[in-house]
This record gives sequence, structure tokens and C-alpha cells, in this order.
Amino acid sequence: MSNWDRFVETFFNAKVMARYLPDIAYGMLVTIELAALVIVSGLVAGLALALLRSWGFRPLNLLIVFVVDLFRALPPLVIIVFIYFGLPAVDLSPSGFVSTWLSLTLVLMAFSEEIFWAGITSIAKGQWEAARSTGLTYGQTLMNVVLPQALRLTIPPLTNRTIAITKGTALGTVVAVSEILGMASSAVSNSYNPSPLTLGAIAYLILFFPMVVFGRWLETRMAWKR
Amino acid sequence: MLQTFFNLDILKAAWPILLAGLGNTVLLSVVVVPLGLIGGLALAMLASVRKPWVRWPLMAWVDFFRAFPPLVLLIFLFAGLPFAGLELGGFACVCIAFFLNTGAYYGEILRAGIESVPSGQTEAARSTGLGRFQTMIYVVLPQAVRNVLPDLLSNTLEVVKLTSLGSVVAMPELLFQARQAQSLTYNPTPIVLAAIIYFIMLWPLVRLLSRLENRALARG
Repeated sequence: MSNWDRFVETFFNAKVMARYLPDIAYGMLVTIELAALVIVSGLVAGLALALLRSWGFRPLNLLIVFVVDLFRALPPLVIIVFIYFGLPAVDLSPSGFVSTWLSLTLVLMAFSEEIFWAGITSIAKGQWEAARSTGLTYGQTLMNVVLPQALRLTIPPLTNRTIAITKGTALGTVVAVSEILGMASSAVSNSYNPSPLTLGAIAYLILFFPMVVFGRWLETRMAWKR
Repeated sequence: MLQTFFNLDILKAAWPILLAGLGNTVLLSVVVVPLGLIGGLALAMLASVRKPWVRWPLMAWVDFFRAFPPLVLLIFLFAGLPFAGLELGGFACVCIAFFLNTGAYYGEILRAGIESVPSGQTEAARSTGLGRFQTMIYVVLPQAVRNVLPDLLSNTLEVVKLTSLGSVVAMPELLFQARQAQSLTYNPTPIVLAAIIYFIMLWPLVRLLSRLENRALARG
């Protein structure tokens, strides 16, 4: 057998791949579910914090800034490990799925709050004053005047950051979530062949490559508008 | 509660273990950040060659490694390559995975930086007799780096945080040591302590970054 054949036999073994394809497909569903949950809850929480911050109550703002800094400074894996292995000490036993979801949500919340907040503060003061002087309330000004302008600015950085954090779903494998990497790893040890990992890698590319390209496209598109 | 998450006796016992881990985390970062920067710089300088047959494969390379979760890359190298008779060990795997992954991110940032320098700068430098390479090193790059400094710093923060992935391939860095100490003592205090160490180490950078970023977006 030539080297090339052996290489193909090892990493692209069709028999092994066919056998574990359903497992990887299941893992893909779990990854998509986890990713979707993280994106929704993380962005909603981040926007909520940014809106609270724009209210300008100083003690609350200091608290928000601290929380945001905390979850920007901590590696996501450390948060996952703390929730999964640490919380059972006080009789809370979140599953691996919940631990991963919660951790990534907190991280995305922190990063998106920063971006939303930067967007809100970038809107000129005159916009606020003009809107308020026409009789709009604080809430109406925020929702109908400031946010629509602010969100437009935040879309490119937000997209890239969201993709980067969503890729963190692979970390779930450390706490036994049966997402793509977890399924692929256990398939490797069952079949004693790394082809399932190749399959897993392809699955990640199918999910994330279009997102990365989309993020790049958004960036260039927004850059032209300036 | 305090007994569970911040037990002073366990804190004292775990301290030397974690300190060793912190040393390794710093060491790993000091190796991996320059490695990623070198990879990124090479990619960015290649991308400044405006030929489609250079540009498109480069873009595909960068997007490929940006789409790949770093942990997947790491596991592939660590658990997959031995099947091909290549046992690299945890440290080498981490270095290669980080070189590929963070190199792509740094490359994308530096490329944007290089493109932000007006072409008149290059033309002026070339007309004074500087070579293409000299122009890049002495004229374009210094301005490019200044223009994208916040992004470079932000990526560096991410890289340092990412070194915690080393724990998955049994590198004795901070998180790995904390988990060892935790399983020895049946108490989560070491993990809390590790988190505090990460926070103290990285907080100044996070503060600096959020100032820089706010200013950048406000300028539009």
C-alpha cells in the first residue's frame, strides 16, 4: 500500500465515516441548538444591559461595567469548568449542555454589551435633545431614534464577535456535551480510526465557513457606506 | 458558602500548584503570541501583493482557520495525527494549532491595517529609492500597526485566554493545575482562585481595550 493510500485509509476511511455519519449529524444538531440558544440569549442580555446602562444610574452602571469586564477577562473554558465542576458543591448540578450554554451566554452578553454601548454613545447628543424636544419620552427616544442608528454601526463588529463566541460551543466537549467534537472524539476511540474527526471538521466548516464569509462581506459592505 | 468556594486552608494548599500553572500560562502566552503575530504578518504582507492568484487562496486560508474552532484543530492534531504515526506532544500541538488559528486572525487585522495606509505613502517611499520590502517595514507597517492597535490588543487578549485550551491536552497551565487541585481536594476553591488570577492578570488589558474601542466606534 502506498503512503497516499494509507493516508486516505486513515483519515478518510469511507467505511468508518459511513458508520459514524449519523452520530456526527446528531452532534451537528446539538451544536446548532446550542449555538442558536447562545446567540439569542447572549445578544438579548447584552442589549438589555446596554439599555439599562444608558439610563445612567451610577451604582448600577459600575456594577454592569464590572460584570462585563469580568466576563471579558475570564476564558470561557474556565467559566464552563467552574459551573460544571464547581456548582455541584452547593447542590446545583447543571448538565454539560446548560453549563456551556450559560457560560457562552455570559461571555457573549459581556462582549455585545460593550459593542451596543459603544454604538449608543456614538450617537450625537443633538439627536437626543432634538427627539426629546419634540415631546418624545426617554424610552421613545431610545427605541425610535437612538437604537436604530446605533444598531447599524454595531452590526459588523457584533457579527464577528458572535461567530467567534459561537465557535466556543466546541468547548462543551470538555463537559461531555454530545456536540460535534464530542461525538467525533468518542467515535474515534470506538473505531480506533481518526476519520470521524475529519468528518467532524467538515461539519464545523459547513456550519461556520459561510458565517465567516458573511461576516467579511458585511464588513466590506459597511466600509463602503462610510 | 465561603467554606465551599473560598476555603482558606485549601487556598493555602493549592497556592503553589496554581502558581506553577500561572508560570506555564505566561510561558505559553509568551511563545504563542509572537508565533501568531509572525504568521499573521506573513499572511498580511503576502496579501498586499495584489494578484488574484495570491489573494484568493490567502483569503480562503484565513477564512478556513477562522471558521475552525481552535479546540477542534487542537484535538485533531493531538488525537488524530498519532494515527498517522506522528506523536507531537501537547506543547507542539498547542503551538501549531495556535499558529494556524491566531495567525489567521492576526493576519486579517494586519491586512486591514496595511490597507488603511494611503497608497501615497508607498508611492512617496518608493520614489525616494526605498525597496518594496523596505517600504513595507519602515513606512507602511508602523502606520498600519498604529491604526489597528486596539484590534491587535483585543486579539492578544483572546489568545492569552485561549491558552486555557492547553488543559484539554494535559498541558500543566493554570486551568489544568486548578482542576488537578480541585479533584485532589474535592473543593471548587482552586477553580475560583484560578478565575481570580485570570481576572487580575487580564483586567487592565480589558479596561484599556474598552476605552480604545469606545473611542474608535464613536469616531465612526
